Amino acid sequence: MQNVNSNKLLNASLVKEALKQSIIKLKPATMIRNPVMFTVYLGTIILLGVCVWIMAGENSQGSLGYNFTIFIILLVTVLFANFAEAIAEARGKAQAESLRKTREDTPAKKITDPHSKDKTKWGIVQSSSLRKGDIFLCEAGDVIPMDGEIIEGIATIDESAITGESAPVIRESGGDKSSVTGGTKVLSDSIKVRVTTDPGESFLDKMIALVEGASRQKTPNEIALTILLASFTIIFLLVCVTLKPFADYANTPITIAAFISLYVCLIPTTIGGLLSAIGIAGMDRALRANVIAKSGKAVETAGDLDTLLLDKTGTITIGNRKATHFYPTGKIDEAVFVEACILGSLADETPEGRSIIELGNSKGYKTPSLQADGGTRFVPFSAETRFSGVDVNGMEIRKGAFDAILNQVRKAGKAFPDDTEQQVKTISSNGGTPLVVSRNSEVLGVIELQDIIKPGISERFMRLRKMGVKTVMVTGDNPLTAKFIANKAGVDDFIAEAKPEDKMNYIRKEQTGGKLVAMMGDGTNDAPALAQADVGVAMNSGTQAAKEAGNMVDLDNDPTKLIEIVEIGKQLLMTRGTLTTFSIANDVAKYFAIVPALFIATIPALQSLNIMGLRSPQSAILSAVIFNAIIIPILIPLALRGVAYRPIGAGPLLRRNLFIYGLGGIIVPFIGIKLIDLILALFM
Amino acid sequence: MNTEITGIIASFLITVLLAIPLGRYIAKVYAGEKTFTDFLSPLERFIYKFCHVDPKKGMGWKEFLKAMLTINLLWLIYAFVLLLFQGHLPLNPDKNPDMPADLTFNTAISFLVNCNLQDYSGETGVTYLTQLFVITFLQFVSAATGIACLVAVFNGLKEKTTKNLGNFWVIFTQTMTRILLPLALIMAILLVFNGTPASFDGKDTITTLQGDTVQVSRGPAAGMIAIKHLGTNGGGWFGANSAHPLENPNYFTNMLEITAQVLIPVALLFAMGIYIRRKKFAYVVFGIMTVGMLCLMLPTVISEIRGNPEITRMGVLQATGAMEGKEVRLGPAASGYWSIMTTIISTGSVNSMHDSSMPVSGLMQMLGMMINSFYGGCGVGFLNYLIYIIIAVFIAGLMIGRTPEFMGHKVEAREVKIAALVTLLSAFVIKGFTALAAYYFVHHANADWAVKPANWLNNPGYHGFSEMLYQFTSTNANNGSGFEGLSDNNPFWNITGGLAMILGRFLPIIGPVAIVGLLAGKKYIPESQGTLKVDSYTFGVMTFAVIIIITALSYFPPLVLGPIAEYLNMH
Repeated sequence: MQNVNSNKLLNASLVKEALKQSIIKLKPATMIRNPVMFTVYLGTIILLGVCVWIMAGENSQGSLGYNFTIFIILLVTVLFANFAEAIAEARGKAQAESLRKTREDTPAKKITDPHSKDKTKWGIVQSSSLRKGDIFLCEAGDVIPMDGEIIEGIATIDESAITGESAPVIRESGGDKSSVTGGTKVLSDSIKVRVTTDPGESFLDKMIALVEGASRQKTPNEIALTILLASFTIIFLLVCVTLKPFADYANTPITIAAFISLYVCLIPTTIGGLLSAIGIAGMDRALRANVIAKSGKAVETAGDLDTLLLDKTGTITIGNRKATHFYPTGKIDEAVFVEACILGSLADETPEGRSIIELGNSKGYKTPSLQADGGTRFVPFSAETRFSGVDVNGMEIRKGAFDAILNQVRKAGKAFPDDTEQQVKTISSNGGTPLVVSRNSEVLGVIELQDIIKPGISERFMRLRKMGVKTVMVTGDNPLTAKFIANKAGVDDFIAEAKPEDKMNYIRKEQTGGKLVAMMGDGTNDAPALAQADVGVAMNSGTQAAKEAGNMVDLDNDPTKLIEIVEIGKQLLMTRGTLTTFSIANDVAKYFAIVPALFIATIPALQSLNIMGLRSPQSAILSAVIFNAIIIPILIPLALRGVAYRPIGAGPLLRRNLFIYGLGGIIVPFIGIKLIDLILALFM
Repeated sequence: MNTEITGIIASFLITVLLAIPLGRYIAKVYAGEKTFTDFLSPLERFIYKFCHVDPKKGMGWKEFLKAMLTINLLWLIYAFVLLLFQGHLPLNPDKNPDMPADLTFNTAISFLVNCNLQDYSGETGVTYLTQLFVITFLQFVSAATGIACLVAVFNGLKEKTTKNLGNFWVIFTQTMTRILLPLALIMAILLVFNGTPASFDGKDTITTLQGDTVQVSRGPAAGMIAIKHLGTNGGGWFGANSAHPLENPNYFTNMLEITAQVLIPVALLFAMGIYIRRKKFAYVVFGIMTVGMLCLMLPTVISEIRGNPEITRMGVLQATGAMEGKEVRLGPAASGYWSIMTTIISTGSVNSMHDSSMPVSGLMQMLGMMINSFYGGCGVGFLNYLIYIIIAVFIAGLMIGRTPEFMGHKVEAREVKIAALVTLLSAFVIKGFTALAAYYFVHHANADWAVKPANWLNNPGYHGFSEMLYQFTSTNANNGSGFEGLSDNNPFWNITGGLAMILGRFLPIIGPVAIVGLLAGKKYIPESQGTLKVDSYTFGVMTFAVIIIITALSYFPPLVLGPIAEYLNMH
């Protein structure tokens, strides 16, 4: 999947497609979606009429050559604007297509007896014939034909086709890692998968539709900006319409070509032509970051986020906590303790549980084989009890958080050993996580788990703080541990001992304070919070419920993605704002080019307004419209790439952008128009 | 010359020094805190009781505007009827006639909307009854209406989230009793002691040194001249306005009147800072407005002091500057300063004839009215400025990568739509009507009207164009000053002027009140590092740039054809 992350802005095939599209988009029904450019389009048609009129013998409107040249320039202006939109669409589509290619029609082993208990019979069908609710079988070496949820089995899967990450991942039924994506490949074992979407309705399909424009809705900011641009357009329309009686008063005849040129130069064609391209490019940038946005609005909202809820594990710390030490309580023998720990962790499929067994094994203790049967009962971890364990050979081994075990011990009327309590505190204050192990409600000791904070993460939080975004770490750890890690990583706040509803409550609390909140999640129990959050990013590996609830899906399952998403959103808004400023600031120079040109014949004193020293009125008007046209393609790369965001605070950022795009917007056209005038001198 | 400059600086400094304590007082009045005018509260309670007003009842923005518009409509009808039949009513010692219908239309609207464009002359066009009970009455209530609407905006900005912009009737009454009436009383007394008449006698007859007899109009003028300035109204008792020796007898009254007209608009800015608890915001706004004022005032004063180059070319010395159309007792500097203050403040009273100003001055006066928010009229000045702020907030917000916010509320499509409409309106009224006038002047010059379009303009060419452009700029801005030199007392100008005035008044009030009403109803977003700070100088400069760019882009062509062409031809 090389082209997923290819950063080349343009390539030949895209340009070819975009050129074709920019002609097709000349349909009035398409043009009218963009009011600013639509008026240019009308002006072009009028000018074509003027050319015909001149050919029919009219002689008050200047030469045919001059009028026809202006007609061509205006047509090119419209085409440039169409091209900007088309190239953005083409890029987005190419990006999405390359993802879609991974799920070309593949044979699927469809279960033919889905209602039977063991679902063993299957037949080969084409993946395109699979419908929601169908169940298919995937064995080692098979390409998964369709998005779905594993209902049975466990398998290692190569997701590099989607994520570009070559290390295989484990997906299994139940829990939060049950989702598989079409186009990925099963490397080992076999799974049965239930199809979760009908063909054409996957997130990717939705995203492609958004990019293609069919279902692309304007985002709230885009609507507001369109209103502002439309009102500027009307102001300039008024300028041009009223100029006719004013010119009559001044006894100055003005040609239709001059009126239309003035109008087209003044209205914000630059931003008007690039507006939709900027929006599409924003979604495209999200896609390039391997994030599927379900709407343009979600991307835009991301730029406004005030609070990010980040899971500690995987985002702030590397992977999972690992067991590093066993601390048996005073009178307990280490061997007894470690064996109990291993026993208690046997059924614990969490990485922490496994790391305990690994640590035990490394110390030379064997892993006994146990089966859940009459004599043995596994007690799974639950968010309520906050411990897990096993009942075997008449022993009740429990392993869990300090206060959970403390409760249990107290309930049984026993004492919690002081040395272990002391050890728990030491571990916590060092940022570790203590797991207390008990046998028959008697404390045996404590296991230390340690977190490793990702390198570079605190710099990223610093950057977010400068953007005005507050970071909140969500963790199941106790407050002491959480505080230690929070301080070390540099997050602004943390939720310790978090239960799923705590996330929800925190989001609600922030939202009532007027803040916009984003979170990332994968589990079904995250779904309500994902839906509640203003931006909910579901991991692609997460459950279907989580993916439905969020408004973005991250194909990489990378929790730090939120940070990139915020920047993409900000870039989107900034690109619109700066290009609007640039476009409007350009008008100053255009006035100085065109207004003296219009009146110089009757009011020679206006020559002193011709500060660019343009050679002739005709050349001045031509230079202005040519500049107005070519600035659009010149700015296409900027529109597609986006204006770089710098976390330097609102004030300095505004000053910087005002300086570059405001002042620059005033100066650049003076130079540009003068240059074009000089070049035109070679031909005219 | 130095004395003249000192006079200007002193006038401005006195204004600001008086505005600071007045602003503090105004903030207290509306906050309901204790003030020394509390002895008036029984009177106010009586008014509420008499009018069946529940002073504790708050109003949403729609209700507030409904109350404001209803009472304004009532005043319009009242003024219309009285003016139309004034000849038959008492208090008419000079036997002045009824007002013609088209002039009544223009005059009633003109004073209702705080514009005070006068297509009549006070000596002959109105009676003492209508001077007092229509003109002066409307000068009070129109100023109070503007201030009340601004206070509604303050109420919206003050709270984090609220649906209550205050009670229109209460704010209006308090503005009258606590602010306008006491200040007008003080000023009227000062004027009377300097020679402004306050008598109900009719015309006096004076024998001049040459032995001619001259009929001199009088009347109870001092009170009206006081509120004319305090309320940024500008309509004179006499036709010559504050150039008239009885309306503005000496340099002291000149300073008094120029100070009085700037006083309340500036004081309201300081009051805002205290009342909405954002002092820095108020100072930044005041700073930007002052910079804007200076950008217009300095070139004007300089060009007036330098004198007319055409006269210099004739070999005539102009040691006292350009004196055409100016009063010798006031001089070019004080006249130049006044002409800018009166145009940016929307007063529109004049102490010199703007038609005779240098082209640069004419350009600056028109720009002042096109922008109409450097201090601006009573209450409405900041309302106009708010529209520019909303547009600046929107563009600046996008430029820093956030959905735009103003004082903790998101600025979205509806607010932008309203701001855009208001901006559009000015451009539409000014250019649209000027274009209409130009069209009739050129294409129907000899139409069989009361005054033929060909005879409208006293000057040909660029200056004549400026006369038309100025008229609609002034009516749209509710300024009311005239470039003069325009034959405006005829149906075309009376009716188009009336329409321009009423459009230029109410939509720019409704717009900002609605925007703030909508914003105040939204969820409050606390400030963060990424928030655009509207009380920063960076944002102030941004707003200034938006004002300049919008005005320049919108009016560049007509200004080129009027004052700019005149200037370039002269030099």
